[in-house]
Amino acid sequence: MAIKDLPKEEYVLPGSAACPGCPATIALRTVLKALGKRTILVIPAWWTAVIQSWYPHTSFKVPILNIAFEAAAAAASGVSSGLKVLGEKDINVVVWAGDGGTYDIGIQALSGALERNTDFIYICYNNQIYSNTGIQRSGATPYAAWTTTTVGGKREFNKDMGAIVMAHRIPYVATACISYPEDLYKKVMKAKEIRGPKYIEILTPCPPGWRFSMDKTVEVGRLAVETGAWPLYEYENGKMSFNGFSKLILEGKVKRKPIEEWLKMQGRFRNLFKPKRDEERIRRIEEFIERMWEDFRSKV
Amino acid sequence: MIKYDVVTTISYPKKGAMGKTGGWRAFKPILDKEKCVRCLRCWIFCPEGAIIRKEDDSVEIDYDYCKGCGICANECRVKAISMVREESK
Ligand SMILES: Cc1ncc(C[n+]2csc(CCOP(=O)(O)OP(=O)(O)O)c2C)c(N)n1
Ligand code: SF4
Ligand code: SF4
Ligand code: SF4
Repeated sequence: MAIKDLPKEEYVLPGSAACPGCPATIALRTVLKALGKRTILVIPAWWTAVIQSWYPHTSFKVPILNIAFEAAAAAASGVSSGLKVLGEKDINVVVWAGDGGTYDIGIQALSGALERNTDFIYICYNNQIYSNTGIQRSGATPYAAWTTTTVGGKREFNKDMGAIVMAHRIPYVATACISYPEDLYKKVMKAKEIRGPKYIEILTPCPPGWRFSMDKTVEVGRLAVETGAWPLYEYENGKMSFNGFSKLILEGKVKRKPIEEWLKMQGRFRNLFKPKRDEERIRRIEEFIERMWEDFRSKV
Repeated sequence: MIKYDVVTTISYPKKGAMGKTGGWRAFKPILDKEKCVRCLRCWIFCPEGAIIRKEDDSVEIDYDYCKGCGICANECRVKAISMVREESK
């Protein structure tokens, strides 16, 4: 599949409230191309609720239910059941939530909806921070990253949300990255055809939050994959498989690029390199990533 | 467009919900049609949907809404887009 095979139809209208260079709208444009117009989005409090823009206007061409932060997946269960009662078929019920709303605040509702076998797609747009409220750390923020609440760099490593979701043994889990739109499109198309709960997490590098210049959004995402900091995988019928560059890394066909190339592009990791190189913390990050890949190799 | 008669707040879709966001630009992308190979990378990566994809897969920039982020220029592999400073208004 090539970029030109993606549908022309647009569901995100120009002139929204998103920052210039915003990865959320890049992701949402591709995701909605795959979902099509028979889609209901459930959106909790977070950036996208702002990007939608102000009453009485919205920049999105599909129906949206805005709901309290901790309730998104529970609301999706309700929408999904309601559609069933009305006899409506082939409508995609999709939660579109941030990492704060997924890893931390909405995790119990998510776990409940997965366990209840709700027929929906939960999409986590992971910019590794609470960006809407001014860049605070979340459970998805990586080790050593600066945020306004981790000024010297975060002391903890991020959670493995994919593993938490897979532990619910749902039919489909996938990771994606805005820099690989064809891969993202294919994964959403696949999720659409599967009944039951589906979870897709998209890495979305945020220029103001990660401290890089706004023309580099896609490049930073690409390097996250090429350095192995962000893996692209799918989980179906209890089995994991890897895609694109991540497959080559897993099979040892290419070497991961040095993690420093990705870290150095982002001002949020500046304290690892200035005033002097922090060998200890860089080594811990490298070890964390290597261990993650060893763990993947033992699973496929 | 259908409007719904219900007692709750509903927003309706509008191009330019936040106005003509082209006014946010400090740098302007300029497309060199001679160089363009119609790969559509700029189209799919533009966060604003401000790159218009034509029937023949050629592209055009919608300056009313382009916010001047420069992603299109950064992602174009044949360097058909360059960013130039906006004239002061
Ligand atoms: C229960 C509750 N706590 C806190 C808030 C304030 N709040 C609104 S958006 C937001 C940050 C959202 O972060 P995330 O889900 O990561 O999405 P992002 O803004 O990064 O896209 C917070 C803390 C809220 N609306 N409700
Ligand atoms: S803060 Fe980041 S995610 Fe939020 S609108 Fe701006 S660029 Fe997009
Ligand atoms: S990325 Fe460059 S070559 Fe490709 S369509 Fe856009 S301008 Fe043309
Ligand atoms: S500068 Fe940014 S907003 Fe403008 S056309 Fe290019 S990618 Fe789109």
